[in-house]
Amino acid sequence: MTGAEAAQVVLRLDSITKRFGKLVANDAVSLSLREGEVIALLGENGAGKTTLMNILFGQYTADEGAVEVFGQTLPPGNPRAALDAGVGMVHQHFTLADNMTVLENITLGTRSLFSPRLDRAAARDKLAKLSADFGLQVHPDARVGSLTVGERQRVEILKALYRDARILILDEPTAVLTPQETEDLFATLRKAVKLGLSVVFISHKLHEVMAISDRVLILRHGRLVAERPIAEVDEETLAALMVGSEVSAPRVAAGQPGAALLRLHEVTTPDRGSAPGLKRVSLSLHGGQITGLAGVSGNGQGELADLIGGLTGPDTGRLELDGAHLQSWSPREAVHAGIARIPEDRHKTGTIAEFDLIENAILESYARPPYSRSGWMNWGRAEAFTREIIDTYDVRCPGPGTRIRLLSGGNMQKLILGRVLEADPRIILANQPVRGLDIGAVNYVHSQLLAARDRGAAVLLISEDLDEIMALSDVIHVISEGRLSPGFARGTMTPAELGVWMAGQGFEKETAHAS
Amino acid sequence: MDIFEILLSASFWTAAIRIASPLIFATLGELICERAGVLNLGIEGIMVAGAFAGWMAVYSGTGLWMGVAVAMAVGMLFGLVHSLLTVPFGLSQHVVGLGVTLLATSLTYYAYRLALPEVTSPPKIEAFQPYEVPFLSDIPLIGPALFAQTPLTYLAFILVGVVGLVLYRTPLGLALRAVGENPSAVAAQGLSVTGIRMGAVIVGSGLMAVGGAFLTMSAFDSFFFEMVNGRGWICIALVVFGAWKPGKALLGAVLFAAFDALQIRVQQMPLGADIPYQVFLMMPYFLSILALIVMSRRAEVPAALMVPFNKGER
Repeated sequence: MTGAEAAQVVLRLDSITKRFGKLVANDAVSLSLREGEVIALLGENGAGKTTLMNILFGQYTADEGAVEVFGQTLPPGNPRAALDAGVGMVHQHFTLADNMTVLENITLGTRSLFSPRLDRAAARDKLAKLSADFGLQVHPDARVGSLTVGERQRVEILKALYRDARILILDEPTAVLTPQETEDLFATLRKAVKLGLSVVFISHKLHEVMAISDRVLILRHGRLVAERPIAEVDEETLAALMVGSEVSAPRVAAGQPGAALLRLHEVTTPDRGSAPGLKRVSLSLHGGQITGLAGVSGNGQGELADLIGGLTGPDTGRLELDGAHLQSWSPREAVHAGIARIPEDRHKTGTIAEFDLIENAILESYARPPYSRSGWMNWGRAEAFTREIIDTYDVRCPGPGTRIRLLSGGNMQKLILGRVLEADPRIILANQPVRGLDIGAVNYVHSQLLAARDRGAAVLLISEDLDEIMALSDVIHVISEGRLSPGFARGTMTPAELGVWMAGQGFEKETAHAS
Repeated sequence: MDIFEILLSASFWTAAIRIASPLIFATLGELICERAGVLNLGIEGIMVAGAFAGWMAVYSGTGLWMGVAVAMAVGMLFGLVHSLLTVPFGLSQHVVGLGVTLLATSLTYYAYRLALPEVTSPPKIEAFQPYEVPFLSDIPLIGPALFAQTPLTYLAFILVGVVGLVLYRTPLGLALRAVGENPSAVAAQGLSVTGIRMGAVIVGSGLMAVGGAFLTMSAFDSFFFEMVNGRGWICIALVVFGAWKPGKALLGAVLFAAFDALQIRVQQMPLGADIPYQVFLMMPYFLSILALIVMSRRAEVPAALMVPFNKGER
């Protein structure tokens, strides 16, 4: 850190204030970034991190304050100027065109619109060199739509590097990555810093902030509340600074397993494109138990979730719900049978963005009393129910009539959680329930799942986060290429041992043993 | 004459290419708009306006090519109206498009009556004449069909190549396609989504008007009401048929035109006497719908087609 003191300041934000109506998203925030430094911006959802970076990048105009890059004040509200000054931004929601190739996405806008040729050969060479320098392997002619999330992020980073960015801003870059991909990303960032780039890393994952940054700045309710060298803090301090009070993860006691509520016996489903179908999967979900499903995404988790949620049926194999054998069930039958879903993608399948909170709260129960009778809606009851969720689950929002897309991810998830848990479900399908949430919201969701378990519900927890799986699950299965490992009881496996199963080893022995 | 003889006759293909030409201009125009993410339903009215403007200019004494330029300028003006409403204001593209069609059609009839208050039948102009390309036009079948057409037809075919080159080989084309796929990607690269989309709609509308002008200045030599007769709507379908690619759209235009040329000839065959002629009139549309079903099932629609872009929205 001794060299950092002498290094040049490449970026300075000077008391930035931004208001959206009554909401003050940023309140006189100042910060500076030096060459070769990684700073982390830490804060809960809605603390103003993304707003601040959008102002820096010129996508929003600040009400007060100035942005200075390499000593030059940037004109407000002009992304082009930010790009030209050497600021590259990797957005949380990627700004890529799916139907176009990697090379096209990267070269977009890098040449004058009126120049006659694209000069793909030169672009290709430059891209190859950047890929090698920064360890970002990606095929230039691949369609972006066919890439994995991790690869798309590489394209986003390459896009910034291609424009000779000297300052990289990464907005929640790890929210969508597997642990392995996160490690790769960090390796890339370390290379970038060695080459003299500076990085602003926005996150609410404490261990990642500890692992990658030199200095951490903490935002709370739009205000910069603390700034510390990373050497002087630990995760507990950061968590306390972030939420403004001590936080503690929920204490997990072992569950009291009850009867099997749902059984799959040797179930097989067809492959879906590159995603493998289930291969002779047998699984029982017991009441009073959290069953964890670990695995790298795209190994059949989605198929299993769809099967249980009633969206698909099996090719072969038997399903058993409450002891009754069934061929399959529709999503509505699933809801009636007490199967509740916390969907993987809360924006696409969990909510309807333009609907208000009331409509979203009764999305699964609108056709039943008390919300509708003889074909007529009872909006009064629906609103009362929504207010109850808002109070009980601490959904922060202007009111039940707000369109849900205006809520932060954490508050959206709390509403879904309320919708699901208030129906007092017997089987809860929680697919990536805390993805992209801040620590306060994560603990809240986890404690609610544990409470549902203790009430006797069977919980299937699907997650790519092994820490989460190991902390909460009473039984852990690993899924790999559609195959399911046997169940491992709490505490019998180390992360490394589970990692071996996640990599697809051990299943052969198991099938040989079974046959 | 049976159908095979028709299909092997040079006059049939000459007619087909001539019928295809206005469709090619207008389809390219629509394709440019849609590639940028804007559905332009003003096409039908813009073609009417283009047909009138080009013809009127020539009738008033300008040269033929000047007439084409006037038609293009009028189309671009309607494109400006359309794009102002749909791009920066983000209004419904369906409503604006139909509005532009009604506006352009009515204004055209109004202008026609203002310019020629007394006439009962519209005056004729000296239209574009076929130009036989030396040597090439001597090739059997292909020669007369492709190389003994009017200059505007040659221009239509050249434009297919030009639009293809621009779309796939220039930074401008890249930005245009990207703005129809994901406007935020374009905005994040510091380019103006509004500027690119408006430009595309204006230029595309200009081409539609030239397509209309072909009718009065090359296919015929006068202006009639109902002249465009749904060709604009056909072009919207041709863009889908062509999967938003210029080459395939050209193929679609020629195919439709061939059906159209064929039905006129089949009507005159002996079997035509027993069947109401409306059935034959319907054939090109019917066959086009069939072809559309087969061809466009796997087409990739520009992802941001009809999605307005609002800067800074959450």
